[in-house]
Amino acid sequence: MTENAPLTKKDFGSDQEVRWCPGCGDYAILAAVQRTLPKVGATLENTVVISGIGCSSRFPYYMNTYGFHTIHGRAPAFATGLKVMRPELDVWVVSGDGDSLSIGGNHMLHVLRRNVNLQYLLFNNQIYGLTKGQYSPTSDVGQISPSSPYGSVDQPVTPVRVALGAGARFVARGYDVSKQLPDVLEAAHRFQGAAFVEILQNCPVFNDGVFDLITDRKKGPQHQLWLEHGQPMKIGDAKGVRLNPQTMRAEVVELGDGITEADLLVHDETNRNIAWLIADLPDVKALGVLYRADGPVYDEAVRQQIQMAEERAKGADINALLREGHTWTVS
Amino acid sequence: MSEVQEAHELPREVLDSVVIRFCGDSGDGMQLTGKQFTDATALMGNDLATFPDFPAEIRAPAGTTYGVSGFQIHFADHDILTPGDAPDVLVAMNPAALKVNLPDLKRGGLLVVNTGAFNKGNLRKAGYEVDPLEDGSTDPYRLLALDITKLALDSVTELQLGAKDAGRTKNMWTLGLMFWLFDRDRTSTIEWLRKKFSKAPDIAEANIRALNAGHIYGESAEFPSGIGAYQVPKADLAPGVYRNIDGNQALAWGLAAGGQLASLPLFYGSYPITPASSLLHNLAKLKHLGVTTFQAEDEIAAVCAAIGASFGGAVGVTGTSGPGVALKGEAIGLAIATELPLVICDVQRGGPSTGLPTKTEQSDLFQAVWGRNGDAPLIVLAAATPGDCFHMAIEAVRLSTKYMTPVILLTDGYIANGAEPWKLPDMSTIAPFPVTFHTDPEGFFPFQRDPETLARVWAKPGTPGLQHRIGGLEKNQHTGHISYDPDNHHAMVKLRAQKIAGVADDVPEATLELGEAGGDVLVVGWGSTYGSIRQAVQHVRKKGAKVAHLHLRNIWPLPRGLEDLMKSFDRVVVAELNDGQLLRLLRAELLTDAVGHQKIAGQPFRVAELVDVIENLLPSGGDAPRPTAVA
Repeated sequence: MTENAPLTKKDFGSDQEVRWCPGCGDYAILAAVQRTLPKVGATLENTVVISGIGCSSRFPYYMNTYGFHTIHGRAPAFATGLKVMRPELDVWVVSGDGDSLSIGGNHMLHVLRRNVNLQYLLFNNQIYGLTKGQYSPTSDVGQISPSSPYGSVDQPVTPVRVALGAGARFVARGYDVSKQLPDVLEAAHRFQGAAFVEILQNCPVFNDGVFDLITDRKKGPQHQLWLEHGQPMKIGDAKGVRLNPQTMRAEVVELGDGITEADLLVHDETNRNIAWLIADLPDVKALGVLYRADGPVYDEAVRQQIQMAEERAKGADINALLREGHTWTVS
Repeated sequence: MSEVQEAHELPREVLDSVVIRFCGDSGDGMQLTGKQFTDATALMGNDLATFPDFPAEIRAPAGTTYGVSGFQIHFADHDILTPGDAPDVLVAMNPAALKVNLPDLKRGGLLVVNTGAFNKGNLRKAGYEVDPLEDGSTDPYRLLALDITKLALDSVTELQLGAKDAGRTKNMWTLGLMFWLFDRDRTSTIEWLRKKFSKAPDIAEANIRALNAGHIYGESAEFPSGIGAYQVPKADLAPGVYRNIDGNQALAWGLAAGGQLASLPLFYGSYPITPASSLLHNLAKLKHLGVTTFQAEDEIAAVCAAIGASFGGAVGVTGTSGPGVALKGEAIGLAIATELPLVICDVQRGGPSTGLPTKTEQSDLFQAVWGRNGDAPLIVLAAATPGDCFHMAIEAVRLSTKYMTPVILLTDGYIANGAEPWKLPDMSTIAPFPVTFHTDPEGFFPFQRDPETLARVWAKPGTPGLQHRIGGLEKNQHTGHISYDPDNHHAMVKLRAQKIAGVADDVPEATLELGEAGGDVLVVGWGSTYGSIRQAVQHVRKKGAKVAHLHLRNIWPLPRGLEDLMKSFDRVVVAELNDGQLLRLLRAELLTDAVGHQKIAGQPFRVAELVDVIENLLPSGGDAPRPTAVA
């Protein structure tokens, strides 16, 4: 390999055989990440993938970067410790709906509100795959599963709304086989702070087709709201999203019959309220960047405080510390 | 200082040691009063030991017995090791404090009581039907009954403070009186008050006036017969520079020192918990020395972040108490499986569950040694005194980075909060142990090991050509790749155990703190009971008994030579503040027929009770029943 040859997608793949089920959406996400990294100028040695437990969390083994397969739900905490000590590293947290929203809900909340500079990928397949098919915190009410033979009675959460509620400053959504997924990942990478990306992911074994309405090649685009900052919210050519001023709800409308593009909501990615309104539309998924607002970055702030304290106390050492305050000499 | 008038000289009775207990309502400022008395006493050159004992409630209902806060100090003209068993002097600021503490006061001891707080309401809340100052309850003691509330208020009337602020000066008035009684210098407290209240100079002034007024009262008042002025001459301490230090401060400084000796940045992740919180506070002040602290969202995040920091090439440390260690268990297992350095400081408290948060206990030994899923060995150390926390923290960092393993360092509420004069070490005399990271891609795999220590290489992210993945799944002992092979798992479990067992070659052999091998009775202890055991053994030895003291700092692996030493004694008693944990461990590992002495009261041993235990084991034996093996 020549020294300065640009890296390719292949360089980011490890020598390990990928062991997800055939047809799993994770393959497409892995390819999208491996395609994105060379484009954003990532290096092998400065990239770190940190995961929890679950199907998605096998991810680091398939990347020829540094990787840490940690414990269930806690990946964000490991990532925070690493970033605080090594802010120059490019850290990707890879997690699933159970890992992030059940056992690890607390850590996702805090890594987002602190705005630690990393990418947070949540693979949402609305099911527990690795433990063989129990319902997850994103499963629909009524989901039949081994642990809910009469149908789940749990109310599901909407991941992007959890992220917005936690104070995330970058919230985006894509889906596994989407051609635009690398663009969403690139935008997440560009953001300075915690960049949260929900990736709708098909589990062909335990929850096959759960997102077909959105991801179907032919009919899917009629249910995809691809967001562009400053552009009206169009769904395909014939539909769009309008704000109903009477109800303060976003509603999907057909264009024509007196409704024109000028009536549609214009996406403002810096407006958290708009992101909230379009996060959970019936039969339509908002895709791309829902919300983006720069803000103070946690790991930088931590390092700055230490740097300032060190500069102010030049030459301080442990011997001096031990001798601060009241001391006395016995001779 | 101009404020400190020279007291008129009078003959002072010379005492070799005194135990004073300050007690009052948890809002009366007794901890602060005790600490100020401690600082002044240290500056006088006495040896000392302290024992703060306070309720878990921040402000328990005023006047109640469960809201009583106490601070005991033992100071002497000689080397002392414990805060003393029974106080010679009891300062009781209200009826509840008297009720709780009077039974401990020595017969004939000095009892200072604030009569200003002895009103009907307070007597009722303390459970007194009759005023104990009037029914003869205090007859066995030398009573000094003063309306301190009023005397303190009178001393600050000129300042026209609010009733609340004025009322709060009574602890300083009391401190002033105690300074006079025991011939302590007020200067350090005056300086401290000026600094503490620099933004409220009138409050500083009021407290200083009350302090001086208490002192002047001592100089001028006629005391009842039997109460005089005292003097405790300087102790003959080893030459050097000293300071007062509590265990959590020493631990924090030791961790920072350990990081520097390893040439690594230190990361401390923690979630507030009694009695470990001040460890976080102390380390958060050390940013100027490059220390990074992280107040995590919970105990689990605290340890995980520390492991993340270690993965990145720092010394990852987390600190907590027993309940927190329970929560961290899974993550500690991950650090064992991935073979990353990690220091876990467990400042023990009474358990199980929430237990006795502010009381001391040594009941996390099993949890430390065995409290994880799977066969998950790690190193367990225990600090014996507040000052020892500094050195054991350095040792924890050294072993953790050298062997690429978690180390649990056990301390407890007693040494975490207790203070002692500490001879300051000179950092230049402590051998550094700089860490070398692996950088050579030639033939690299993440679990290649040092053939001697069995430690794996430490290759941190950012190093070109060494990209690798680690995790909690079992790995092939050669390649480090995931492996479910049965023989490989067996080999890896044995390998991890062997690595930790080998640490015994790297730590001091078992030695006796006091006494000679081959005697009648050996007392084995660990952790914060050091002072009481040593003093008890000393006491019995003075009577000619063949008794020795062994104190374990290395709990796991056990030090070399321990078995032979123990077997050289006729009787071995393991004394600990739990239901026999070290005893069981030693019996399991060494097949010893040691017996145990257990105290599970949230309180340290009293020297006298240990003396009884030892004497009953001696061939001459006492009448009391002998200690049992396991309760």
